[in-house]
Amino acid sequence: MNDQAIIEFQDFSFQYFSQAEPTLIGINLKIHPGEKILIVGPSGSGKSTLGRCLNGLIPFSYKGVISGSLKINGIETTSLDIFGLSKLIGTVLQDSDGQFVGLTVGEDIAFALENDNVNHAEMHTRVTDVARMVDMQNWLTSSPYELSGGQKQRTSLAGVLIDDVPILLFDEPLANLDPATGKTAIEIIDDIHNNSGKTIIIIEHRLEDVLHRNIDRVIVINEGRIIADMDAHTLVSSKILKDTGIREPLYVTAMKYAGINVTSQMLPGHITSLKMEGSQAALRSWYKTITPDGQHNNNPSILMMKNISFSYDGVRHVLEDINIDIREGEMVSIIGKNGAGKSTLSKLLCGFEKEDQGSIHFMGDDIKSLTIKERAEIIGLVMQNPNQMISKPMIFDEVALGLRLRNVPEDEIAPRVEKVLKICGLAPFKDWPISALSYGQKKRVTIASILVLDPKILILDEPTAGQDFRHYTEIMKFLVEINKRGVTVILITHDMHLMLEYTPRSIVLSGGRKIADTLASVVLTDSRVIEEANLKETSLFKLAQLAGIEDGTSFVQGFIDYEKGMRN
Amino acid sequence: MNSKMKLFSYNFVDSPIHRLSGLTKLICFMLLTSTVMYSYDIRIILVVMLFSLLILKLSRIKFSQIRLMIIYVLIFLITNAVISFFFSPEQGVEIYKTRHVIGNLYGSLKLTWEQLFYQFTKFFKYASVVPLGIIFLLTTDPSEFASSLNGVKVNYKAAYAFALTLRYFPDIQRNYHDISQAQQARGLDLSHKAKPMDRFKYALLIIIPLIFSTLDRIEMISNAMDLRGFAKSTSRTWYTYRKLHPRDYAAIVVSLIIFIVTIGISAFINHSRFYNPFI
Repeated sequence: MNDQAIIEFQDFSFQYFSQAEPTLIGINLKIHPGEKILIVGPSGSGKSTLGRCLNGLIPFSYKGVISGSLKINGIETTSLDIFGLSKLIGTVLQDSDGQFVGLTVGEDIAFALENDNVNHAEMHTRVTDVARMVDMQNWLTSSPYELSGGQKQRTSLAGVLIDDVPILLFDEPLANLDPATGKTAIEIIDDIHNNSGKTIIIIEHRLEDVLHRNIDRVIVINEGRIIADMDAHTLVSSKILKDTGIREPLYVTAMKYAGINVTSQMLPGHITSLKMEGSQAALRSWYKTITPDGQHNNNPSILMMKNISFSYDGVRHVLEDINIDIREGEMVSIIGKNGAGKSTLSKLLCGFEKEDQGSIHFMGDDIKSLTIKERAEIIGLVMQNPNQMISKPMIFDEVALGLRLRNVPEDEIAPRVEKVLKICGLAPFKDWPISALSYGQKKRVTIASILVLDPKILILDEPTAGQDFRHYTEIMKFLVEINKRGVTVILITHDMHLMLEYTPRSIVLSGGRKIADTLASVVLTDSRVIEEANLKETSLFKLAQLAGIEDGTSFVQGFIDYEKGMRN
Repeated sequence: MNSKMKLFSYNFVDSPIHRLSGLTKLICFMLLTSTVMYSYDIRIILVVMLFSLLILKLSRIKFSQIRLMIIYVLIFLITNAVISFFFSPEQGVEIYKTRHVIGNLYGSLKLTWEQLFYQFTKFFKYASVVPLGIIFLLTTDPSEFASSLNGVKVNYKAAYAFALTLRYFPDIQRNYHDISQAQQARGLDLSHKAKPMDRFKYALLIIIPLIFSTLDRIEMISNAMDLRGFAKSTSRTWYTYRKLHPRDYAAIVVSLIIFIVTIGISAFINHSRFYNPFI
C-alpha cells in the first residue's frame, strides 16, 4: 500500500456556528489511495459532517469553526475552495431525486462539464461514454419522473464519474432505495472500485447492506469522535455496534441468541465469508428450543377491500382486482417496489381517489359515500415527511388542529390533546415550538395529530425512512404500543427488518396486483416474490443453510418468534 | 392527477414549433410582441393575432391545458377596459382628433366611436400577446430556454435560476396536491361552503408545509449544484444548446419582416403609431 495518505485528518475539530457544542472532536484519520472505507455511526454522530468537511460544503455552505488539519492529496483543504475540491472528490448525495439538477439524464450527467465550459461536441461524447459505464446509455433523453430510484442514483453517479476524480464519497447511498436496488448499488460501487482503483468512502448506518461486498476498513463515529477503525470481521464480533446503537447483521444477532461466541476468526463480517465450523450444532439446538408464537388473530374484519381496480388515466391499471381483508388489531405491512400501487391503495382508503371498481368495507359497511373528512375519523394517514404535514408553530396547536377544524369545543379539545401527547411521549414538550424538535419527535407530532381524531386504523407511509437503529426502534416500539391499545396499523415500507420484526403479516403488491399475502418469514424466503417485489433474501435464510437447517423459512419464523418472546 | 401535473408546463411533443431552438423562439417572441406593443394599427394587430393563433394550432397545445389561463386573462382584460373607460372616456377623441358621439351614457359621460375604436384596438393589442406567451412557455424546454437567455447575454446564473423554477414547477404542484389531501383529511374544507376568511386561513395550512418541504429541497439542490462546480466561472456551456437550423433562420426572418413592415406602415402610411380611420 502507498504510504502517502490521500486523505489525512490531524486533530481535526469542527463546530457549526448554530451549535453550542463541536460536532467533530479531535479526528485523526488516514485514508490511503485505493482504499474502500465505510463510515458508520448513529444519527447526529457527526458522520455526515465529516463528509461535508471532505467535499467542501463545510465551510462553503455551512459555516463554523475549524481547527486542526485536513489534507487531501497532500494539500491543506483550507487553501482550496469547493470547486477545487470537487476535482479531487466527487460526492453522491443521499437523495438521488433531490440532487437531479438537469431536466434529462444526459443533461444531468453533463452538469459538471457545462460548468467547466467544455465544448458541445466533446460534452456529448463524454456523457455517452460515462452513461455506458453505469448502463444508462439508453435513457439519456428521459426525465427524472420516468426513472426508478436505482436509475436516478446511477445518473447521479455518472454525473460525478464524468470528472474522473480520484476519490468518490457516497453519503447514505441506500437511504431511499428498495432492498434489491440497494444491493445492486453496492455492487456497482464495488465494481467501480475494482475497475478504477479509486478511493471510495461510503457513509451509511445500514451496515449489513453495505457489507454485501468487501470493505477494507470500517470507521465508527459516535458523539463526534472516532471510536473504532478496524476491519469488518473484528467490528462485527466486538461489542462496539451494540454500544453505539448501530444494527449488527441479523445473522450475527441470531448466532448470539444461540449462545455462540462470535469471534473475528469466524470471518463474520460478511455472510459469504462466515465460517461456522463447530457452531452449527449450537444454532440447530437453539432453533429447536424456540416455541412457535402460535398466536392467531381471530378478531372480526375491520377493513375489507373487495375487487378493487383503479387507474388514473383510464388506460393503465394502477391497481387491479385487489382483495385484502384486515382484522381488527392487526399490524400488517404493505410492500412492493416503487409504482407497485402502494401509495395509490392508501389514497383510495382515505378517499383521496375513488376506486373504479370494487368496494371498501369498514366493519362490514361500505364506505363509498363517506367524504375525506369523515373517513379521516376512522382511517388516519401519516405521510412520510413530517414537514409535509406540520402547519402550526406550536405543538399543542398542531395536534389540536383536526379537532378545531371540526368545531369541537375548546374545553373538550384540551384534555383530548393532552391525552394523545401523553401516549406519544410528548407531554413534556406541550408548550414547545415544533422547530425545537428532532426529526423523530416531529414524526411523533404528526402521528399525534392524526391519533387525536381517534381513528381505528392508522396507515403510515415509510415511518422509519432515514432513521438510524435507535430512532427506528423508538418509533416502532411506539407503534406497537398504539397497536396494543387497539388501533389497527398498516405500514407501507421498503424496510425488511421492519417487516421481519414487527409485522407478522405482509401484503406484497407488484404491478398493481397482489402477489403475496402471508407471513413475513415466507415472503422474505420466497425467491419468486423477492424478485418481483425488489426485495432481498434475508441473511437468516443463508445462515440456516450454513448450519444445515433444511427448512430455512421456518428458521426465519423461529427467529421472529424468539425476538417477539424477548420483547414481551 | 396525472393530467393535472402537466398543466401549464413544458411537455415534449414533436411539433414544428417544438423543433425550433429556444433562442429562435425567444427572438421571434420578442419581435412579435414588440410589433403589437409598438403599433396601434388594428389591421396589423389582427394579422399578428391570427398568425399567432395559427402557430398555436401548429404547436399542438391542447385547449384544456390553457383554458384556465385564458379565462384569467380575459377577466383581466375586460376589467382593464371598463376601468380605463371611466378614467379617461375622451382618450380616443384626443388621439384621433375627431368626435363622433354614439350616445349619452350618464351625465356628461358620452360614448364616442373614437373611444370605442381605441379601446377595441387596445384590447386586441394585449390579447394578441397571450397566445405568443403561451406558445413560448409551453413549447420551450426550460434548460434550453436558459441556454437561449444566456445566448442573448443574460447572466447565466439568473437564466439557470429561472429554468430551475420552471423545472420544479410540476414537483411543487404535486407536493401541493399531496399536502392538500392530507390536510383535507384532518378536516380542512376547501369547498365553496367555507367562508372566504376561513378559506384564506385554510390556504395557509397548506402553504406553510409546502414552503418548509420546498425549502428542504432547495437546500439539497443548491448543495448538489455547488458540489458539481456551478458558478465557478463567468461563463458556462450548455448540453441542450442547439445549433440554429435553416428553419430557425426562416422563423426569425418571418418575424423580422412582420416587425419591419409594421414600423414601415407606421412611418410612411399612418405617419404615427395609430391608424386613423376617422379622417
